[in-house]
Amino acid sequence: MLVASMALVVAGGIYVSAQLPKPPELVPAAVLLAGAVLLLAAAVAGLARQAVFAWERFRQVGGWALCAYVVVAGMLEYVFVADGARGPLLTVISLMLLVFAVDVPCLLGFSVARYQEQPPAADR
Amino acid sequence: MADATLPIAAPEALTRPRPAVRIVPIRGLPIVAAVIGGLAVALAGNWLWALDFYHVVGGGLWTGVDLFVGLVVGPILGRLSVPARVEFSTRFMPKMLLIMPTLVTMTLASGWQLARHLGDLGVAYPGHWWLTASFIVVGVMAVIALGILEPANLAVLFELRKPNPDGQLVGRLMHRFVYTAGVTGVMQIATLVIMTRIATW
Repeated sequence: MLVASMALVVAGGIYVSAQLPKPPELVPAAVLLAGAVLLLAAAVAGLARQAVFAWERFRQVGGWALCAYVVVAGMLEYVFVADGARGPLLTVISLMLLVFAVDVPCLLGFSVARYQEQPPAADR
Repeated sequence: MADATLPIAAPEALTRPRPAVRIVPIRGLPIVAAVIGGLAVALAGNWLWALDFYHVVGGGLWTGVDLFVGLVVGPILGRLSVPARVEFSTRFMPKMLLIMPTLVTMTLASGWQLARHLGDLGVAYPGHWWLTASFIVVGVMAVIALGILEPANLAVLFELRKPNPDGQLVGRLMHRFVYTAGVTGVMQIATLVIMTRIATW
């Protein structure tokens, strides 16, 4: 689900970028973004329901990855702001970058934590 | 009386001393910080040479490393013994964890600004399809790299840190690199075609 969410964000980004510098049609991009958000929310909800999971490792890997991808998303955001993106266009782009910056760390954290030893029952 | 049952030897890869696995090479972090800092300055200054430098160097290295690893290193690695593969991977994969995202960030951020600077973004369709094609190619590579390969890379490194790593799991995760190598190889060659076309409009 996280990979699908990322794919939708990337598709939305491609759709918007392909129309620039003319004012892009934002409805299709917004639909893709909404789909990405729903998939991300579903993935997070599914993860939160895990009673037995290596949460410590998930937080460790996801936390550091989040720091890195906030920098990446921030640089891309700066590029679009510097290019004069404003209003609804900037809102859609910013939300896409936000979803992207959350998708990847969650995916990395989950991919590592799922294969780690479970914490002792007393610590769950 | 001799014991009739012989102890089953654990696979050599899991018993011989393995190099300590450091997930993130700390000594590489200042280099990454310097590169990203320089990129931020180049974007803020919007200087043609700086943007071109970052895009050409980043893109060239990204494509070169991808193709070299996929077509040369990968097949060689597949023919090595398991202990040799483990030893190589524990040293190679942490470096790739830093190198590849840095190259990708360099290439994409500077590439967009460069296209704007040179007026390529203003080219009307159908010529604009070359740019759109480059977006699609990069998008596919980003989803594969971030969604499939980097998670596998990290999971393998953490598994190799365990006292008794699961060799079958490591093998399964490493197989992702094999079956995506073809797709990323085609995407990288497409990138070369597209970029040289755009550069010679």
